[in-house]
Amino acid sequence: MKKYSDLEYLKLSKWERFKYRFLSFFAAIPVAIGNLFLGIGKALKKAGLAVAGEAKDIAMTFVNGDWKTKLSYLFMGFGNIARGQVLRGLLFLLFEGVFIAYMILMGGGYLALLPTLGTKGPYQMTERIEFMPGRFREVVKTVTYADDPTIHNSFKILLYGVLTIFFIVAFLYTWRMNVKQNKIAEGILKSGKPLKSGKDDLRSLVDDQFHKTLLALPLTGILIFTVLPLVFMILVAFTNYSSGHNGGETGLFHWVGMDNFRTLFSWDVGGVNYSATFGEILLWTLIWAFFATFTNYFLGIGVAMIINKKGIRFKKVWRTVLIMTIAIPQFISLLYVSKMFTLNGLFNGFLMDLGITHTAIDFWGDPTLARIMVIIINIWIGIPYLMLIATGILMNIPADLYESAKIDGASGWKQFSKITLPYMLFITGPYLLTSFTGNMNNFNVIYLLTGGGPHVNLSNGAGNPGDTDLLITWLFNITQKGFGEDGAQYYLASVIGILVFIVVAFISLIVYNLLPSVKNEEDFQ
Amino acid sequence: MKNKNQLPALILLVIGLVVTAGGLFLFINRFVPMWSFSHKYMTDNAIFAMLGILGLFLGIVALLLARSLRKQGQEVPSDTLKQHMGLKATARISNTVIYVLLVIISVIWLAPFFCIVVQSFRVNPTGMTRYLFQNPDAALKEGLTIRFGLDNYRRLFAGDFPRWYLNTFIIAVVVAAVQTIIVLCMSYTLSRFRFKLRKPLMQFMLILGMFPGMLTMIILYQVLKDVGLAGANAMPGLILVYVASSGMGYYVSKGFFDTIPKSLDEAARIDGATRAQVLYKIILPLAKPIVIYTVLTAFMGPWGDFVFAKYVTGVTPEAWNVAVGLQQWLSTTTNISENYTMFCAGGVVVAIPVVILFMCLQKYYVEGVTGGAVKG
Repeated sequence: MKKYSDLEYLKLSKWERFKYRFLSFFAAIPVAIGNLFLGIGKALKKAGLAVAGEAKDIAMTFVNGDWKTKLSYLFMGFGNIARGQVLRGLLFLLFEGVFIAYMILMGGGYLALLPTLGTKGPYQMTERIEFMPGRFREVVKTVTYADDPTIHNSFKILLYGVLTIFFIVAFLYTWRMNVKQNKIAEGILKSGKPLKSGKDDLRSLVDDQFHKTLLALPLTGILIFTVLPLVFMILVAFTNYSSGHNGGETGLFHWVGMDNFRTLFSWDVGGVNYSATFGEILLWTLIWAFFATFTNYFLGIGVAMIINKKGIRFKKVWRTVLIMTIAIPQFISLLYVSKMFTLNGLFNGFLMDLGITHTAIDFWGDPTLARIMVIIINIWIGIPYLMLIATGILMNIPADLYESAKIDGASGWKQFSKITLPYMLFITGPYLLTSFTGNMNNFNVIYLLTGGGPHVNLSNGAGNPGDTDLLITWLFNITQKGFGEDGAQYYLASVIGILVFIVVAFISLIVYNLLPSVKNEEDFQ
Repeated sequence: MKNKNQLPALILLVIGLVVTAGGLFLFINRFVPMWSFSHKYMTDNAIFAMLGILGLFLGIVALLLARSLRKQGQEVPSDTLKQHMGLKATARISNTVIYVLLVIISVIWLAPFFCIVVQSFRVNPTGMTRYLFQNPDAALKEGLTIRFGLDNYRRLFAGDFPRWYLNTFIIAVVVAAVQTIIVLCMSYTLSRFRFKLRKPLMQFMLILGMFPGMLTMIILYQVLKDVGLAGANAMPGLILVYVASSGMGYYVSKGFFDTIPKSLDEAARIDGATRAQVLYKIILPLAKPIVIYTVLTAFMGPWGDFVFAKYVTGVTPEAWNVAVGLQQWLSTTTNISENYTMFCAGGVVVAIPVVILFMCLQKYYVEGVTGGAVKG
C-alpha cells in the first residue's frame, strides 16, 4: 500500500486517517513476521561463523603454544598451575575431575539410554508367600526399579540425560575458557608483565568481576529450577509420558515424535474432538485476555481520574479503600466472591429480597453468564492496581498541556482523548502487552472462581474442559485428572504449554515492534 | 466550552460504551462458536448472538446521540457571566455525581469484606445462606434462624489451621529474606554492569517468562518427591522452588536502580572503593524503598500461592498452607455446609496481619507499582 508522508497524512480526513492507520497496522504484520525469520537466519549465520572462528582459534593456539599450553588441552588448568596461577588451575582441574567422574558413574549410562528412554520396564512376577504358618499363597507382584537396579526408569533417564547434556555444554565452555586463558597468559608473559595471582582473582570477584559473584546464585537457581524443567517438559511433548506411563512404577515411556501434536489437531481421538476443544478454549482465552485487559485498563484510568479530579475531597480515603483489596490474598477474595454468586449465595438472596428475581439466578451454570461474571469480577480484582498505576502517570502529565488546551477551548472529552489517553497509552504500552499475556495465563481468577465450569458446550476430553477454562487451567486440569487408559496425560499438557508459548511469543513480538513507545521513544519526553 | 448539556451527554456516552462492549462480547461469544464448533446449542447461541447485535446497535445509537448532544451543547451561544455561572453549576453537579459514584465504588469494593467478617461470626447455620442477617421472610419460609458467636474462631484454632498458618508464615518469612537478596543481586547487576552477556541474558529471561510456569510444576513435583521434599516435608521444597526462579522478577527493582545516578558510583570508584563497597555503602542505603517493596511483595506471595502448594503437598493436611487448606473447606458440597463460616473466619485471620503490614508499607508498594509499570 501507499505510504503517506506526514504532510499528506495531515491532509486526510478523520475517516481516511483511521483507514490508513488500520491498514498500515495489518500491512506491517507480514513485514514483522518476515523480519522475524530474517532475524533468525542472521542469528544462525552469525552463530555458525562464531563456531568456525572458535575452532580456528583453538587449533592456532595449539599449534603456536608451548608445551604447557599443549598439555592443558588434556589436563585442564595445567598451564595455569605451571605458570603459578595455582588457584585457577586447581579449579579447572577439579571441574574436569568432577565431570569425568560424573560421566563415568552416571551421565554416560543415562546419555546412552536417552535415544530409547529405557528398554527394560517393570515386570510382573508371581511370588509364593507364607501368609500363615505352613500355608502359602501365590501373589502377583510388580517388580520396579526400586527392587531391581537393572530395570530402567524413563523419567530419570530423560531428566539426567538432559542434565548430562547441560553438563557437557558447560564442560566444553570451560575447556574453551581454559584454552583461551593459556593463550592470554602466554601473551602476558611474553610482554614481560606478571600474571594475576590467586589473591588478585579473589579480589576481582568483589571488584571488576563483581557481577559474576552477584549473578552466580540467581542464575544457578533459574538454570536448575526453570531452564532444566522447561527443557524436560518440552521434550515430554514428544513422548507418551503420563501417569499411566510415568517411567517408573507404571511402565516406561518412549519417544513418539509428533503424535501428540497430531492428537491435539485431530477431529476424533477416542470420541473426543481435540481440535474443536482446543480452538474454542484458545478463542475464549483470547477473548478473555482482551476484555480482562482493556476493561481493567479503561475503568482503572476512569477511577483514577475521578479520584484525582480537582475539588474532590477525601482522595486518600477513596484510594485506601481500593488499595485494601490488593492487600487481601487473592484466594480469599476470589473464593468468597465466587461463593457469593452461587445459587444459594448472598447475591441471589439480595436480588430476591429486592424482588428483582423470584428464583435464584445460576450465575455459574450458564456458559455466557459465567464468562461475563468472570470478566466483571476480574474488574473488581484488577481496578485497584490500574488505579495506582494510572494515578502515578496522570500526575506526571505536564499541567501546561491542559492549560493550553483549555485556552484553546477544548472540552473535557477532547482533553481526555487528545492528551490523557495518548499519553497513557504511550507510557503504558509495554505494560498493556505484558498484562494481556499475563491475563492469558491468569490461572488464579479462573480456577478459584469457576474451576473451569460450567461443562456445557465442550466435549468431555482429557482434563474435562469447561466453558470458562483458559488454556492454562485446562493444562493444569489435564495434569490432575486422569482420562482414558493413560491417566493424567502429561504429554498433552506439555503440547498445550508449548502452544501457549508460541501464541504469547507471537503476539508479543508483533505488538512490541508496533508499539509507539518502542518506535518513537522521544515523542513524549 | 463546558455546558450543562455536557453531563447527560457524558452519562449517555458511558452507557453507550458499556452497552456496545457488552453487545460485542455477547456477539463474539455466541456467534463464533455457533458458526464453527458446536451445533448442540444452535438456537440458544443464535438468540444470544442476536441480543448481542441488538446491544451493539443500541450502544452505537447511544454513542451517536451523546455526540450530537455534546455538539449542541457547544454551539449554544452564551455571554460570559452566564457561562461562568453555568460552569460553576456544572462543576457542582458533576462533583456530586462523582461523589455518588465514589461511594458506590467503595460500597462495591468493601461489601464482600464486610460480608465475610459478618459471616465469620455466624454460628448457625455453618453452611451457606442467602442472608447475611436474620431475615423474617426467610425464617418463616425456610425455617432459617441465624445466630452469631465466636464458635468459628474456636473451631479454627482447635483444628489444623494453626499448623497451616505457621507453615505459611515460616515460608513467607524465609522467602521474603532470600528472594529479596536474589532479586536485588539480579536487578542491581543488570542495571549497573555492562558485560557481554547482559543483553542476551535479559532477552533469554524474557523468553523464559513466556512459557506458562505451570508447565514445570509436573517435573518439579516428581523431583521433589524423589528427594523426599514433597508431601509431609514439603516446606523446604516449596521454599526452594519459590526462591529459585525469583531472579526472573527483576524488572521493577531494575527500573529503580536505573534512576540512581551513575555518577555516585563513579565518584566512589575514583575514591578507591571496590564494586562491592559501592553496593553496600552507597547504593543500598539509597535503595530502601525498593528493598521494602521487594520484601513486601515476596512476603505476600506465599500467602496466596495455591496451585503449586496444592500440587506438592498433596493429601497430607499437616503440610498445607492456608490457601490449600481453606480452599479444601470449600471444595465439596458437604465441606461447604460444615465449614463455610469457618472459611470466613480463617479468611479474616489470614487477611488481618497481611492487610496491616500492607497498609503500613503502602507508600513503598505504590511507588514500586507505579515505577515498575512506567518503565515496563
